[in-house]
Amino acid sequence: MARASEESAMEQKRRTRKKSKKKESKSRSVHSNLLYASFTAEENPNRHYASNKIKTTKYTLLSFLPKNLFEQFHRFANVYFVFIALLNFVPLVNAFQPELALAPVVFILSVTAIKDIWEDYRRHRSDMEINHMDCLVYCRNQKKYLEKYWKEIQVGDFVRLRCNEIIPADVLLLSSSDPDRLCYIETATLDGETNLKQRQVVRSFADLDCEFDPIRYNSITECEKPNNDLNRFRGYIVHKNGRRDGLSKDNILLRGCTIRNTEEAIGIVIYAGHETKAMLNNNGPRYKRSKLERQMNVDVFWCVIILFTMCLFNAVGHGLWVWQYGDKRPVFDVSPEGTDLSPVLSAVYLFLTMIIVFQVLIPISLYVSIEIVKICQVYFIHQDLDLYDEETDSQLQCRALNITEDLGQIQYIFSDKTGTLTENKMVFRRCTVAGEEYSHDANARRLAMYQENDSEEEDFIPKPDTLSRRDSVTSHQSNKFVHRTQSTKSHRRTGSRAEAKRASILSKHTAFSSPMEKDITPDPKLLEKMNDCAKQLSVMRNLGQHLSNLSPELSDVIDFFVALTICNTVIVSSPNQPRHKVRGRFELKSPVKTIEDFIRRFTPSRLTSASNSSSFTSLVTNKSFLRTCSSHLSSPSTDAINKLEDEPGRFTHSEYSLSSQQKVYSIEGTEDGELRYEAESPDEAALVYAARAYKCALFGRLPDQVTVELPYLGKLNFELLHILGFDSTRKRMSVVVRHPLTNEIVVYSKGADSAIMDLIKPFPSTDIKSKHQRRILSKTQNYLNLYAADGLRTLCIAKKVLTKEEYAHWLKSHLEAESAIHHREELLYQSAVRLETNLQLLGATGIEDRLQDGVPETIAALRKAGLQVWVLTGDKQETAINIAYSCKLLDHEEEVLTLNADSQEACATLLDESLHYIQSKFLNNTPNYSVEDKEVDFSFSHVSSSFSTVCCLGLVIDGRTLAYALDKSLEDKFLAVARSCRSVLCCRSTPLQKSMVVKLVRNKLKVMTLAVGDGANDVSMIQVADVGVGISGQEGMQAVMASDFAIPRFQYLEKLLLVHGHWCYSRLANMILYFFYKNAMFVALLFWYQFYCGFSGSSMVDQWYLIFFNLMFSSFPQLVTGILDKDVSSQTLLTLPQLYKNGQNSEEYKPHMFWINMIDAFYQSCCCFFIPYFAYLDSDVDMFTWGTPITTLALFTILMHLGIETKTWTWLNWASVVFSIALFFTVAFCYNASCPTCYPPSNPYWTMQRLMGDPMFYLLCILTPVVALLPRYLYRVLQGTLFPTPVQLRRQLDKYIQPNLSITHKNQKTEPWLDPDNHFQPFCKPFLKDRSSAGEQLPSRKRPETPKLSENGSAGVINTSKSYSIDKENICLQNVHLWDPSSTQKNLPNSETETLPFTKDIVDFDSTFNEEDFVLDSVLDFSDFNLLNWITSTPLFKSPRHLGEPTAQNFLKTAESNRGGCPQSSTHIESKEGVANGQEEQLACTTATDVKAVVSVSLKEGIVETMLL
Amino acid sequence: MMASSYSAKEEDGHPSGAAGTSNSSAMKSKKPDNTAFKQQRLPAWQPILTAGTVLPAFFVIGLIFIPIGIGLFVTSNNIKEIEIDYTGTDASEPCYSCSDKSKGNSTEPTTPCTCEVSFNLEEPFESNVFMYYGLSNFYQNHRRYVKSRDDSQLNGDISSLTNPSKECEPYRESEKKPIAPCGAIANSLFNDTLKLFFVFPNGSKSEIPLIKKGIAWWTDKNVKFRNPGGNNNLTAVFSGTIKPVNWKIPVYELDTDPDNNGFINEDFIVWMRTAALPTFRKLYRLIEKKNSITPALARGNYTLEIIYNYPVDKFEGRKRMILSTISWMGGKNPFLGIAYITVGSVCFFLGVVLLIIHHKYGNRNNSADIPN
Repeated sequence: MARASEESAMEQKRRTRKKSKKKESKSRSVHSNLLYASFTAEENPNRHYASNKIKTTKYTLLSFLPKNLFEQFHRFANVYFVFIALLNFVPLVNAFQPELALAPVVFILSVTAIKDIWEDYRRHRSDMEINHMDCLVYCRNQKKYLEKYWKEIQVGDFVRLRCNEIIPADVLLLSSSDPDRLCYIETATLDGETNLKQRQVVRSFADLDCEFDPIRYNSITECEKPNNDLNRFRGYIVHKNGRRDGLSKDNILLRGCTIRNTEEAIGIVIYAGHETKAMLNNNGPRYKRSKLERQMNVDVFWCVIILFTMCLFNAVGHGLWVWQYGDKRPVFDVSPEGTDLSPVLSAVYLFLTMIIVFQVLIPISLYVSIEIVKICQVYFIHQDLDLYDEETDSQLQCRALNITEDLGQIQYIFSDKTGTLTENKMVFRRCTVAGEEYSHDANARRLAMYQENDSEEEDFIPKPDTLSRRDSVTSHQSNKFVHRTQSTKSHRRTGSRAEAKRASILSKHTAFSSPMEKDITPDPKLLEKMNDCAKQLSVMRNLGQHLSNLSPELSDVIDFFVALTICNTVIVSSPNQPRHKVRGRFELKSPVKTIEDFIRRFTPSRLTSASNSSSFTSLVTNKSFLRTCSSHLSSPSTDAINKLEDEPGRFTHSEYSLSSQQKVYSIEGTEDGELRYEAESPDEAALVYAARAYKCALFGRLPDQVTVELPYLGKLNFELLHILGFDSTRKRMSVVVRHPLTNEIVVYSKGADSAIMDLIKPFPSTDIKSKHQRRILSKTQNYLNLYAADGLRTLCIAKKVLTKEEYAHWLKSHLEAESAIHHREELLYQSAVRLETNLQLLGATGIEDRLQDGVPETIAALRKAGLQVWVLTGDKQETAINIAYSCKLLDHEEEVLTLNADSQEACATLLDESLHYIQSKFLNNTPNYSVEDKEVDFSFSHVSSSFSTVCCLGLVIDGRTLAYALDKSLEDKFLAVARSCRSVLCCRSTPLQKSMVVKLVRNKLKVMTLAVGDGANDVSMIQVADVGVGISGQEGMQAVMASDFAIPRFQYLEKLLLVHGHWCYSRLANMILYFFYKNAMFVALLFWYQFYCGFSGSSMVDQWYLIFFNLMFSSFPQLVTGILDKDVSSQTLLTLPQLYKNGQNSEEYKPHMFWINMIDAFYQSCCCFFIPYFAYLDSDVDMFTWGTPITTLALFTILMHLGIETKTWTWLNWASVVFSIALFFTVAFCYNASCPTCYPPSNPYWTMQRLMGDPMFYLLCILTPVVALLPRYLYRVLQGTLFPTPVQLRRQLDKYIQPNLSITHKNQKTEPWLDPDNHFQPFCKPFLKDRSSAGEQLPSRKRPETPKLSENGSAGVINTSKSYSIDKENICLQNVHLWDPSSTQKNLPNSETETLPFTKDIVDFDSTFNEEDFVLDSVLDFSDFNLLNWITSTPLFKSPRHLGEPTAQNFLKTAESNRGGCPQSSTHIESKEGVANGQEEQLACTTATDVKAVVSVSLKEGIVETMLL
Repeated sequence: MMASSYSAKEEDGHPSGAAGTSNSSAMKSKKPDNTAFKQQRLPAWQPILTAGTVLPAFFVIGLIFIPIGIGLFVTSNNIKEIEIDYTGTDASEPCYSCSDKSKGNSTEPTTPCTCEVSFNLEEPFESNVFMYYGLSNFYQNHRRYVKSRDDSQLNGDISSLTNPSKECEPYRESEKKPIAPCGAIANSLFNDTLKLFFVFPNGSKSEIPLIKKGIAWWTDKNVKFRNPGGNNNLTAVFSGTIKPVNWKIPVYELDTDPDNNGFINEDFIVWMRTAALPTFRKLYRLIEKKNSITPALARGNYTLEIIYNYPVDKFEGRKRMILSTISWMGGKNPFLGIAYITVGSVCFFLGVVLLIIHHKYGNRNNSADIPN
């Protein structure tokens, strides 16, 4: 019984819980707070919802310590160190003073804690600031809106938002001052999209025209639980009368957005504080572990093993040591606590002690140091000017702080195309209407011009139109500062400080409206047709003729442009008052939302419908009625119109007159004839601008009406019945409008060709008309293919005329779908599909998506760096291939494998075939070539097609085939094929496929992958890749939000990877290796000592030094080096992308390097231990007087070791080293003088002071580091001399070029030689072969003076004797004098005679060549050629103005005086062929006057000579 | 996170502060400063490690080290040193009887055993002579041994005197009384007494005066070590304490000189400075040169008289007496000199090797290599 009741009670409880839970999880209902204001707090149904107070802090004062410690102990290392510190408190095993041993751990923990506190405090402050922002909230008692803090806002409150105010919470829009009941918001802070978004007042309140009264609001909002989907909001509002209205995301204003263009909006708070979508979307930065870190962790593990081995060794040693004395305990073997320990037991205890003593081997500060270094690296990447985009005023963002070094190890790049490689600036290029193509040649020319201008854009004086736009933009900016009480219309600012460029840029940024996109040159033929058409129409209208009499072609033309203009979601704003929509009419109409509405509007009598509606919606106020009436009354004969309305083809006078009236009211925007279009996608804007060029201008857009201005016809109002928005499954969008001229209901559709072409009405009949239509269809299809081949994006435009019945039928089902709460999307989709059938094709457009600046160069450089670039795009195959060619991803010389399969089997066969093909290709080539090429393809693969055919396979695969290929059974084959191709292009791929490809490559090939993209469709790919890079372009911020790094332009990837990646990797790799070395070296000192202290765990190094050595004395220099060291200068890295291989192959940190470092550490510690040992052998030295020199020696050795490893010494390096040493001595002095009785057991009183007076100390300090570092130094020297790595070679060169480079630093950007176009001129192998086989004589080593070629023969003939007098330093400068034929010819009209002595000189020179001296080295070092090559691409510091100064010193001076003034032409070998030709020509016909370029091999001699000195 | 996103928002529309200030902040572009530091263009020295560049360093090191080494070697060789092992483990040795005796019952207070060792100085020790005793196999650096002391007690702290530190265990208390000085180090104080006699050719002996002060560090003697309550009436001060277990006499009877008694006894201080290595020597006495003409120790025969107390057989240790003159670089140790010479030579040799390498290969990499 009892049990049963208990059970039932439980059951009940459970049920109630379930119930409440169920209620919780289902939805949230929001009531007006005002209704409950008088009740107690418990009765308010909104009480459970979070308030608007936000708290992003992690800790409170009380919880900080436990919570923070808990979090820190998630890191295993911290637990380890605390464990060891605690072990020290056990008397049996303790090695140090327990408190002291705790110090480093506490230090590390507190540093982290302080960082956390600081971050938390910043969060707290920003929270405070946000919480204390003001907002108007309705107060029941005072019956008005009062200022309240954000944090006081509750769910259910009514807030009044004014223009430019930030929305404090997620608010349901109930009222707007906008006559259309719209509210515009800018969501830039949420998704980065800068265009305005429309939000609509909840339907039932939209008709309400009186002031919204919160008191009277008694509806209940039911909506879903808070979630983080910004693009979804579902719910309904229940009115007192039981009526329900569906709510969508169009009704909600999200927290963090800004109200624009709307004077006032009122809404009820639905989600507040942490439950708002903005806050739910706010995730912290991502944590990824870099490859280097993973490798490091392996070595940390090895360190642990070494540690345990050492401890075990000591324990055994100690056991034996104790055992040898047997029972007779010697006086010095003090037993702990008076107990005698057996040898075994003491060995066990000692093991633990040794762990404490040797704990330093596991570097406690490693993790902290790495973090510091990474933060600084991120800082420097942020600060890089080259990664700053002036146009958008944005710089690179590192969103993941801890994978900077991964940037240096990338092997595969996966790139999106649109917006990443291309600018995503859509430019209308050409179109076809009714089967006729309009090529828009002028337009093409114009675009070409823009392309050229792009590079010099910076210097341009702003064009008039940009100037005019400046105003607009500055005024837009001024919005930010205008107090909100000011009317939104007074935003114009007088003093414009913004630069015109910036302005134009901003406008570009905000509205897809660069002049390039806007100024479309119309095709004269089409323009004429359009004009004809409009003229005819206007005539016909005036004559009252039926408009369908228009010829089908002309009607297609006009329909085509009308479709372009209205089939979109573009918002119009005037330039002077941006973000302020242009009002095109007075009349207020709501879009067709109900059947009644439809009936009302489409019934003959307008007046009755108006009265009907007013009676139907009792809420309609007097005001609106009056307005409606007045508008109707203003028209001359309402009745007549009403009668006419039903007659198709008759012109509606009322509309016309209305629109003509509007001209008067239209704002200044039209004065300069320019309206600003705000589009959600750049394609739309491009099309609207294109239509405008044909005088079919979009003039205004309202939810229910679109105004279009046409020539002769003036403004036409298209009644907008429905918009069926674009989605990726339908791939099209449609609008349903009522045509003002014909009064028909027309559906205009626009979409991808594949989507539209299938829906075109079939023409089964064989009559002429349908034949014609078919021809149009096939012609259009041809042109579409042509466009795609040109790399244009194609869109098809189609229309469909609906009968009233059809429409009514469709509308009914559509309205049902719209009001459905469940499966609404699906129903809407079906509804749209039902409508979009049997379309009539109007035409197609080709939009060009231009390549971003520097994309081909960047891809070339990345590829040279050994990176595989794959492009994954959703575009058509033809378009994609074309873009691939234009961005040099595919080469016309290379073969392209195209995989298009319809089935799994077909795909398998295709893959097999291609695999065979590839294999046969490999076999056909001589093995040595293929091997060699594979080895060295980084520099030569692309040079000559004959050598690189093997590597030059391109793979193109479409989405369908990709889906098959990604199948488990085929993926290996696919990878095998893809691997052997130089470039891979996947078209028509879905976001999921993109991520699958990345995942496949990453997991199967075990390579480092980088994905770069800009749109939402790239997010999954970005997240899957090891490094995700987002392009902060025009398509919003979703990709950026998901990325680890966000860059403004694709071309910045080059510097990010090649320079920063390389640096970050090499710095961090070296630092980690050094860390391991340093700790091992220090610990080994103690290890050796154990042999001399009976393995008792004694340490001759004072505890203080031991514990603070890592933390203080030796930490700064390594940090500075880890942050600032540069193995090769950035210029060199950019010039020679091959150096990136260094990181790809993990050459700085290979597994064996850890062991080499360990061995070196043990050797060095041997030196540091045994030299003092022998020096003090059998002397009266005491333990710590002996140990202190050892510490000092170790410090010196460690710092000098770092010195060997440091490649560049800036003053910071010096300062840190000096500081470290000074710190050590200062601490030692103070410590040794502070207390005579403290710090047992060392009690170091006056030790250091005494040592400083001992000559022995200094003698040791000199000798030991030398001995200790000799092997490493020697190794480095020998390796650097005999087997230098490419990086080392480059560095060697760098050094001599550096002084000269520094001159040009200031003008990096404009330096011609930095231009990627010009500096990749590798000496191709064939060329070299030619030379050697021809047995050409080359300048020998014995002749350091090189053939001097002045670039300007008239004055610059340098004879050899002169060159002797030139400073050795400048020899390399001298050596790179190049000849440029153009400049020679230009500057030398009299060259014939003038250059003769010079050429003679050459002849002489050549004749003196000694063939024996010419060393033909069989071991080809390609890097050497690069080195040579490098020099050839070095600029000459000459300026034509200073031709009379022949010596290098003068050149230097000249260069200094004309920084950056070197004309590109005179400083360059213009191409690789140029080099080759030049060489041949020089040697073959030295008397020729226009020697193109001479690069003497012996120029290196000069460098060698310099090195010798 | 929030902070950044919201501050951006604030810039974007929230009216804050005077228009002037906010304007200027808003116009601030994100453009990074073009400074050498931020653009990582700090002027830098780039050492290049190739044979050519480092050649001079090797030669310089060689040229500096070799003379230093020679100097050190000569100096070390000029130092005269004689070492007498008097452990007496072998029956033939003079002190065998004493060591044998101490083996039996060392704790029992017996009459001190005395033995004599004769030796001959073939060369006079001209300058001042330092007399050391040396122990080997004695692990004064054992971890627990090193710790086993109370510096406060030794510094004359009264409370530590009666309540020594725990570190002194198990030599902290004896018979319920605190040990002064406590700890294993003090307990194992070396307590042999060495006396040196010059043996005239006629067989008569004359004791050589041995100075026992000035052998400890000045700071130890005057700062670190202090008798509790000053130097007067040590007996009373130490009355509450007991002598270390192994000691024969209490600490206040170490010497009669009040300046060298109690904790400030220099023999004691020297012992308390624990040796670094298991084989060590400690300064025992000084033999000063009387005048400029006579050497400190003339050529001839000497006898070392040892009062043999200290047992070393337990750890197979050796006991030695060392007489040594001293130079600016300390005692006789040719190691440093040899090391310098060796390293110098090696460097010089390497320099030559590098020179050859440089000439042979150095140019190779920098000259244009022509592929086959």
